[in-house]
Amino acid sequence: MRTTLTAGSIPFQRPAAEELRVRVRRLGRIPYADGLSLQEELVAARQEGLGPDTLLLLEHPPVVTLGRGADESHLLLPRDEIARRGVEVHDTTRGGDVTYHGPGQLVGYAVLRLPPGLQDLHRLLRTMEESLIEAARELGIEAGRVEGLTGVWVGREKLAAIGMRVARWVTSHGFALNVSGDLSGFDLIVPCGIRGRGVTSLSRLLGRDVTVPEAAGAVVRGFGRAFSARMEEA
Amino acid sequence: MKVEVIMPQMGESIQEGTVVRWMKKVGDRVKRDEPILEISTDKVDAEIPSPAAGVLAEITVGEGKTVEIKTVLGSIETEAGASAAPEAAPPRPAEASPAKPAGPKEPPARTTAAPAAGSPEERLRIRSSPLVRRIAREHNVDIAALSGTGAGGRVTRKDILAYVEGGGLRPGTRPAPAAAAPSPVFKAGERTHVEPLSVMRRKISERMVASKRTSAHVHSFFEVDFSAVDRIRREKKAAFLERHGVKLTYLPFILQATVAALKAWPVLNASVEGDDLVYRKDVNLGVAVALDRGLIVPVIKNAGEKDLAALARATADLAERARTKKLLPEEVQGGTFTITNPGVFGSLFGTPIISQPQLAILGVGIIERRLKVVEDGIAIRAMGYLSIGFDHRIIDGAVADQFMSHIKTTLENFDPRLV
Repeated sequence: MRTTLTAGSIPFQRPAAEELRVRVRRLGRIPYADGLSLQEELVAARQEGLGPDTLLLLEHPPVVTLGRGADESHLLLPRDEIARRGVEVHDTTRGGDVTYHGPGQLVGYAVLRLPPGLQDLHRLLRTMEESLIEAARELGIEAGRVEGLTGVWVGREKLAAIGMRVARWVTSHGFALNVSGDLSGFDLIVPCGIRGRGVTSLSRLLGRDVTVPEAAGAVVRGFGRAFSARMEEA
Repeated sequence: MKVEVIMPQMGESIQEGTVVRWMKKVGDRVKRDEPILEISTDKVDAEIPSPAAGVLAEITVGEGKTVEIKTVLGSIETEAGASAAPEAAPPRPAEASPAKPAGPKEPPARTTAAPAAGSPEERLRIRSSPLVRRIAREHNVDIAALSGTGAGGRVTRKDILAYVEGGGLRPGTRPAPAAAAPSPVFKAGERTHVEPLSVMRRKISERMVASKRTSAHVHSFFEVDFSAVDRIRREKKAAFLERHGVKLTYLPFILQATVAALKAWPVLNASVEGDDLVYRKDVNLGVAVALDRGLIVPVIKNAGEKDLAALARATADLAERARTKKLLPEEVQGGTFTITNPGVFGSLFGTPIISQPQLAILGVGIIERRLKVVEDGIAIRAMGYLSIGFDHRIIDGAVADQFMSHIKTTLENFDPRLV
C-alpha cells in the first residue's frame, strides 16, 4: 500500500495479520457536548473490545475548547464575554491547549483501540498529521509539519489542529481542519497557545469555496493511507 | 512492598511528560491497571494505569509538573511479597500484549493474536499455510510444537488433522481441560480481599437476577442417545474439517435439531411484550461462550436458514471472536433462543437461567459413554442430558416436553445427508 512520507513522518507499521478497519460516520453539525457523549460511549465500548474502530466526521456550532494543557490566559476575552458572542466555552479532557471550532471547519474524532505495536503516542500524532497532509495534497495543497508544534501547517499558518486523549490505549478526540468560512472565531483565543502565527483554511489557500463534504472525502482517503486502514462508510 | 509509579515512555522518541491530574489521592486503594493519573505529552492526554494493587502511598510529582520519562512520580504500597510485577505495568511501545487485568492465566497451548512483529511469527508463516494456521487456532494447537512432514518441515493439513484426530482432544467426549486455576486471590498475609465488580460482572449480575424475577423458571431434562450422531461424525469428520476448516462437534447437530424443533413449536422462539406474545419467524440462536471472567452470548442470526456446516462455522467464528474480544454489538443482540453448554466442564445437566426477553434456554450436559438398555440387553452408547429452562408464564410443561422430544427424536435419528 502506497504511503507517501513527508519529512519527519514515521510510517505506521502493523503485523501483517491485522488490518485496521475503521468505520466512518458523518454526523453533520452537532453540539460539542453531543460529540463528547458519543465519544465516551464509543471509547467505553472499545475498551471492552466491542464495536468497530470509528472515525467521526462532523462540524460544531461556534465553540472554544480548552484541553488539559490549556492556559486560561490564552482566552483573549473573559469566558462570559465569549459566551455573549454566541460562542460556547468547554473544558475537555483532550491533550493540547485552546482551540476554536465552528461551521466550515471539519472536526474529526478518532476512537481507535491501538493494537500492541502501535501504542506510541508520538507515532499516533504524526500519523494523524499525515492523514491531513495527505488530504490537503489531494486537494492541491502542500502542507507540512513544524517540529515541536503538532498540527498541520502551510507556511507560518495553521491549517489543522490536533489534540487527542488516550485511555487504556483507546483514543478519542482528533483533529480540526479549517475548510471554509469565517475564521474570526480564532480571534477570541491564542490558538493552541501559539502566538505569532496565523490560521488559514483550504478555501483561503485555494482561492475557491471548498466544501466540508469535499474535504471530508479527502480526509477519509488520507486517513486510510496514513493509518493503513480500511475505511468503511457506515 | 513499595512499587514505584514512573513516568512512562509513551512513544519511542518521547522524552518527557507532564503530570496533568492525579486520579487518586494518597491513601486511596488502587487496583492493578486501574487508571491512576493523567499525563500529557505533546498533544495527547493519556491515562496511566496503576502498576500494582495496593494503596497509593505517596505522590512525589504534583500536577502541572513536567518531568523526564522514567522519573518516579509516586509509589504504591502493596502487601508484602505481592505478585505485583512492575515490568508488566505502564504500557510500553511495541510491548507484546496490552495491559490486562490480573486474572486466570491463559491456557498454555493457546496461540493468541497480535504477536510483536519478529522472527517467531515469521517462522510460523514459513512452516504452515493459512488454513493450517486457522485449524491450529480452532484447536488451540501450537503449530511450533508440531513436526511437519511437508517440504522443509512444513506442517501440512495432514499433519495437523492427524494430530487433532489422533492424539488431540476428542471432541465432546472429554471435558475441556480446565483452564489453569485462577491465580490466588489472596496476597500473602491477606485474610480478606476486596475487589470491585467489573462492568461485565455487574451486568451479568443484574441480568441474572432480573431474569429470575421476571420468568417463572421450570426445568425439564431429557436423555439423548448420540450414537446416530456419533456414527455420522466418525464417517464425516475428516472430510468436514478439510472442507469447512472447523471441527464437526456435537454442537452443530444440536443447533440444527433445535432449529427444527423451534419451527415446529414456534412459541419457544417468541417473547412477551406487555400483554402480547410476539412470535418471530427468524430464529436467532444465542450460543453462550465462557470467557476468562464471565460469559457472553453471541447470536447466530437466521439460524433457520443455515445448514449444518454454516452453523458449525458460525459457532466457531463467534466463539473465537468472543474470546479475542472482536464481537460487534449487533452480534450479541437480537437472540430469540439460547443454547448453553454446562457439559463442557463436566456437568451432567444444568438449570440455566433464561436470557430475557426470550422464553426458554437449552442446556447441553456432558456427552459421554454410558450403559443403555437396548432390547433385552445392554449397550454402550454416547449419551448426554439436554435440559430446558422455560418460562411457565407462557410455556406449559406439555409444550416444553414435546419440544424437547422433537429435538431428541431428531438427534437420535439424524439424517446423514444433512451433513
